[in-house]
Amino acid sequence: MLTHLQKLEAESIHIMREVAAEAENPVMLYSIGKDSAVMLHIAMKAFFPATPPFPLLHVDTTWKFREMIEFRDATVSTLGLELIVHINQEGVEQGIGPFSHGSAVHTDVMKTTALKQALEKHGFDVAFGGARRDEEKSRAKERIFSFRSEDHRWDPKNQRPELWKIYNTRMSHGESIRVFPLSNWTELDIWQYIWLEKIPIVPLYFADERPVVERDGTLIMVDDDRMPIRPEEKVEYRKVRFRTLGCYPLTGAVESSADTLTAIIQEMLLTKTSERQGRVIDHDQAASMEKKKQEGYF
Amino acid sequence: MAHQSDLIASDILAYLKSHEEKSLLRFITCGSVDDGKSTLIGRMLYESKMIFEDQLSALETDSKKSGTQGQNIDFALLVDGLASEREQGITIDVAYRFFSTDKRKFIVADTPGHEQYTRNMATGASTADLAIILVDARKGVITQTRRHSLIVSLLGIRNVVLAINKMDLVRYSQKKFNTIEADYREFAEGLGEGHGVKFDITAIPVSALKGDNIVTSSQNMTWFEGPSLLEFLEEAPAGENLEKAAFRMPVQWVNRPNADFRGFSGQVASGRIKEGDSIRVQPSGSKTKVNRVVTLDGELKKAVAGQSVTLVLDDEIDISRGDVISEAKRPAEVADQFETTLIWMAESPMLPGRPYLLKTGPKTVRATITAPKYQINVNSFEHVAATKLELNEIGVCNIATDQQIAFDPYTDNRETGAFILIDRLTNATVGAGTIHFALRRSANIHWQALDVNRNLRANLKLQKPAVLWFTGLSGSGKSTIANILEKKLAAMGRHTYLLDGDNVRHGLNKDLGFTDADRVENIRRVAEVAKLMSDAGLITLVSFISPFRSERRMARSMMEEGEFVEIHVDTPLEVAESRDVKGLYAKARAGDIKNFTGIDSPYEPPNNPEFAINTVELTAEQAADNLFNYLLERGIIDT
Ligand SMILES: Nc1nc2c(ncn2[C@@H]2O[C@H](COP(=O)(O)OP(=O)(O)O)[C@@H](O)[C@H]2O)c(=O)[nH]1
Repeated sequence: MLTHLQKLEAESIHIMREVAAEAENPVMLYSIGKDSAVMLHIAMKAFFPATPPFPLLHVDTTWKFREMIEFRDATVSTLGLELIVHINQEGVEQGIGPFSHGSAVHTDVMKTTALKQALEKHGFDVAFGGARRDEEKSRAKERIFSFRSEDHRWDPKNQRPELWKIYNTRMSHGESIRVFPLSNWTELDIWQYIWLEKIPIVPLYFADERPVVERDGTLIMVDDDRMPIRPEEKVEYRKVRFRTLGCYPLTGAVESSADTLTAIIQEMLLTKTSERQGRVIDHDQAASMEKKKQEGYF
Repeated sequence: MAHQSDLIASDILAYLKSHEEKSLLRFITCGSVDDGKSTLIGRMLYESKMIFEDQLSALETDSKKSGTQGQNIDFALLVDGLASEREQGITIDVAYRFFSTDKRKFIVADTPGHEQYTRNMATGASTADLAIILVDARKGVITQTRRHSLIVSLLGIRNVVLAINKMDLVRYSQKKFNTIEADYREFAEGLGEGHGVKFDITAIPVSALKGDNIVTSSQNMTWFEGPSLLEFLEEAPAGENLEKAAFRMPVQWVNRPNADFRGFSGQVASGRIKEGDSIRVQPSGSKTKVNRVVTLDGELKKAVAGQSVTLVLDDEIDISRGDVISEAKRPAEVADQFETTLIWMAESPMLPGRPYLLKTGPKTVRATITAPKYQINVNSFEHVAATKLELNEIGVCNIATDQQIAFDPYTDNRETGAFILIDRLTNATVGAGTIHFALRRSANIHWQALDVNRNLRANLKLQKPAVLWFTGLSGSGKSTIANILEKKLAAMGRHTYLLDGDNVRHGLNKDLGFTDADRVENIRRVAEVAKLMSDAGLITLVSFISPFRSERRMARSMMEEGEFVEIHVDTPLEVAESRDVKGLYAKARAGDIKNFTGIDSPYEPPNNPEFAINTVELTAEQAADNLFNYLLERGIIDT
């Protein structure tokens, strides 16, 4: 009998191979976080001894943690893969950033719009993403092969039936598909698998002394000198880690002493707040993610 | 996420080790509205401690705000989904939920129960190892229970839990429980006689709301000696039998990174395989042996059902995506005609004769559904005569594919006996089916390879065969132009034949009317005749309204590459109607003729016809001349 992780891994491999065989121009969205790390690791398995027959795409908002970028470049060169980095140049020219424009505008321009730009520029018809169904209520109903209209919208009312493991990948002109090979994994499965398979992850997940300021109840790391420090704020070194990774000004750190993988997992299992709370972007309203997705946010 | 396992705090390594050994069970929950399905799932998530503190506090707030339980927690709120559904207060689509206990991880397909969501239920059932069928103890087995059970059985789930819920509302009555269980068993007996599988039933009395018999045995029902629901789910078999079945691996991907390596990647559908095993590649039938089982983690001694691997074989035989690698001694069947159960999933009905794409595993072929033998009434299980299937209807149909495929009967193998149907125009998934068996004639009727063949026949006539297909509204000028063209061809000494819609309807198609289904059949027959004629070496002119793109596409697909020429006689409706040569438009407008193209039946103009004729600007003579020149230029007709 296979264990649950073996079954999940085999399912993810099956999904990736289906895409490789049927898509004309697939790409893997690589966000550098732990889910992307698992997705990439499985892609290496799916096509061995060949390398994955698609490039990686990173949509760089220019506000990612520096360690993420270092990790990204090191990973790609070790594995010998092709990486496409896309930055929304119009956004850069307009000086869009989270401090000057707020998280909503920044995310919309530098992430959502940037992603659409990148997909259109390269003509990618299928894009892998690392989202999981356990992350959020509206995801629970999303298909593994999730269709996007010409303007990248998701229509939850009009999803294709998805039976057995037979995926209908046929698209009409202008449509594209997001494929989520980790749909059936939970957060614990991801960590367990990282531990079991010894998958490298960005060091930011581990606790370390880092410069942070406390702002509106959230600990924000001062990753570079673009961060304006308010008069009442003080930059202090605290032992912190990150439960999720994104743009540094929008990602809250948690105080922690967990500096090994098992300690992280232990902490994750014992703490009582769910993963996405660390993301400033989700605080709005209950149906926020669903709305964002309809608009084309991954 | 408070897994209360003390191990987490005391010995995280031991905890991870134990979690690593967990197996996985996928199940589906079926119940009609208000039977307590959401409450039950919410309860299981809650009890397994898969709920985070922040979710729990949100749940408590929500329960007070919009729950149905006063000040208490409304577990149903844990599993509500999309915003629009939340507003309507019903579950529309399949949602997948996850929880785990110390022994197992579970994936729950939470599916809606209404009849209009039969397709969603089938979707959820297709990947499930087990089904929980929920009934309200006050109501017992009702119509919905029968429908849910039928779908579960047709989708091949043998292991069924009959969860009799709301026992608290019937004073935990043993008698009530026994009666419902007996009722259910009696009716379920009948299920195995259809095309589904026979159930292995476990009945459990529960209260989802109060938590009786969910995790531990209920103190309120000491008379019940069976396991609690979670105890049962932890032990239920999860696809073990698949490993004992004959080996099958559909090939997804041919892995060829360099000249030295050629492997075949796929997920083992059933059975096991190891180095040295004899295999057969299907449908071709070539045989060889397995040389190695390759993975990134090293070569495997053996691979079993469920694993994704890459096989290297002894001989260089021709294998491509969609082929099935089977155990040599117990191969799959190979055929191109089948009896199947079909669940229709699209708004537009299934029409016999219309070509669809059929996808089974990684293989996609063209298929036509020859005829529904009968439709199954999902509530009464009666067999009803039918000429087509509408959304959410289930029927038994014969299907013919344009090439042979390897398969197993669905009741033997859920992976190699299942397929979906795809509409070639909209690309939508329009149906899902299970294969019963091959129709014997497909093994017996082989095309005779005749000595006098199409080339010889055409050569004797000193011409190339072609099918010139005129489509357009009634009165657009198709027949007139076709007539003039045929005269020109005859004058050149070409052998032709003109198939005219009106004429054919007097003979070959005399039995057909003008419903959508009859129009499809009308075109299918004419296309078959045109095909025979081009086989005979003739230049065939077809002058038929042929209003639907998919039938014209079917006709095109039946002919040899380059032989089919679609000619759109593009006359606007107003013009055709004002000409009204046969007085038909007037009758149609008066309501004397039903289903008249352009009036109350649609005409779908070709998107990319080889040739379009504008009859407003040109006379019929000029149009025929232009067309004739085009055919010469393109070499369709040689001088
Ligand atoms: N008394 C009692 N009520 C229940 C039980 N299970 C569910 N209910 C109630 O039945 C109603 C419908 O439950 P819900 O879970 O929303 O049903 P669904 O439509 O099948 O998902 C709610 O008011 C529940 O609280 C039970 O075991 N006992």
